[in-house]
Amino acid sequence: MADRTPLHDEHVALDARLVDFAGWDMPIDYGSQIAEHKAVRDNAGMFDVSHMAVADITGDDAREFLRRVMANDVARIDEVGRALYTCMLNTRGGVIDDLIVYHLAEGHYRAVLNAATTNKDLAWLHGQIGTYRVAVEHRSDLAIVAVQGPRARELTTKVLDTGLAEAAFRLKPFSATTEGDVSVGRTGYTGEDGFEIVMPAGDAAAFWRALKSTGVAPVGLGARDTLRLEAGLNLYGQDMDEDTTPLESGLAWTVAFEPAEREFVGREALEHARAAGVTMQRVGLVLEGRGVMRHGAKVRAAGSNVAAADAAGEVTSGSYAPTLSRSIGLARIPSDWDDGVEVAIRDKWLPARLVTPPFVRNGKSRIDDA
Amino acid sequence: MSDVPKELSYTKTHEWIGNDGDGTITVGITDHAQASLGDLVFVELPEAGKKVGAGDAVAVVESVKAASDIYAPVAGEVAEVNEQLEDAPELVNEDPFGEGWLFKMQVDDADALDTLLDADTYEGIVEDEED
Repeated sequence: MADRTPLHDEHVALDARLVDFAGWDMPIDYGSQIAEHKAVRDNAGMFDVSHMAVADITGDDAREFLRRVMANDVARIDEVGRALYTCMLNTRGGVIDDLIVYHLAEGHYRAVLNAATTNKDLAWLHGQIGTYRVAVEHRSDLAIVAVQGPRARELTTKVLDTGLAEAAFRLKPFSATTEGDVSVGRTGYTGEDGFEIVMPAGDAAAFWRALKSTGVAPVGLGARDTLRLEAGLNLYGQDMDEDTTPLESGLAWTVAFEPAEREFVGREALEHARAAGVTMQRVGLVLEGRGVMRHGAKVRAAGSNVAAADAAGEVTSGSYAPTLSRSIGLARIPSDWDDGVEVAIRDKWLPARLVTPPFVRNGKSRIDDA
Repeated sequence: MSDVPKELSYTKTHEWIGNDGDGTITVGITDHAQASLGDLVFVELPEAGKKVGAGDAVAVVESVKAASDIYAPVAGEVAEVNEQLEDAPELVNEDPFGEGWLFKMQVDDADALDTLLDADTYEGIVEDEED
């Protein structure tokens, strides 16, 4: 049987359509994925993301340990309360996982790991400890709820305890505040403002219901996927994996090559790749006309007429974008393609143009409405 | 449990067929089918006048999640398509047996309609899938 989050009964009561996601019984939608997507763009929506794992990294060497295992540099978040998006790489420079690290207190960092990679990540982290004076603890006693949308902060702070609410409302983007076992981060995965709240599992249902009563809409993983795609955010396992580097996944900005003396795992491989020239790039695609690009669809240069089997590009994430009423995608294509492309959709080649993600930011389209 | 109107006929591939009584039929997708697909975003319909064989893929409904072929339930000629769906594919989700119909067909052989599933048989298929 699939694992259940502390909010499982809430999903059932809301008539969610539940699917197996990475071994978890999760809501894909509560009736209409598009309506849920729009609720987040226009107002506020809440997501049960308790299938993701919380890992606490503590000890005298926590900072140095993370500077070794993460491709981004936690020295950038030396100030307590700050958060950092980073990849964790293998020695080949491939991405083991992408995650957010929060600096909760002196010597206390918290990483939020993808559900599908939790066991692999924890095994990797434990394997890297060596002589570092550090403990890595999987906090399966905690639940995570994301609240996202233009009214997310306002509505969430109505529900939090007063002290925490005041601190949360003052948070800058990519920072967090903690009170006991509850932490509130001004982070998310939708391209909207909002919070991600980590709390004891036993508190999650009451929090969820209180949010619901203020008008926050429950949103399933279906809309979470279209929201993150519109925001141009990668999904681990689709847009990058252990065989692709951040440099060919649109994530070069998350790799801290400076300072040069920081020896993070994967550095050597990435430096070799950089010196040799990165041959593939991650781009955004907007489909001209009707149809929907899907994960795995082949991409070729416009006018090249190559067969699908020989097409050098591929859609890594594709869907219909509810905010834009057309299909968008992320794709990996050769670095020297800079013009129009064609995407194989149901045995036809349809034209698409290259854009720089995000497609949507804070509810507004970022692409020309050609 | 999804809605399965008694007066309609069905296919295993989740089309419903209404007999218009004048040699034509109306074809759509069932409530179960629209619920499984989720929000529809595009509907691609055939041209009126197109000759089709039983089981031919004649239309495509595409949701946020997936694209799905729609098959001609019997042989005949496409008589009319639901133009409203071009701009309002969500009608299929909102009213699959009414405003969300897909196309009408002139049937070659009325006896072929006897090969379709009745509501009770189709309901059995849906129950198995929804379990």
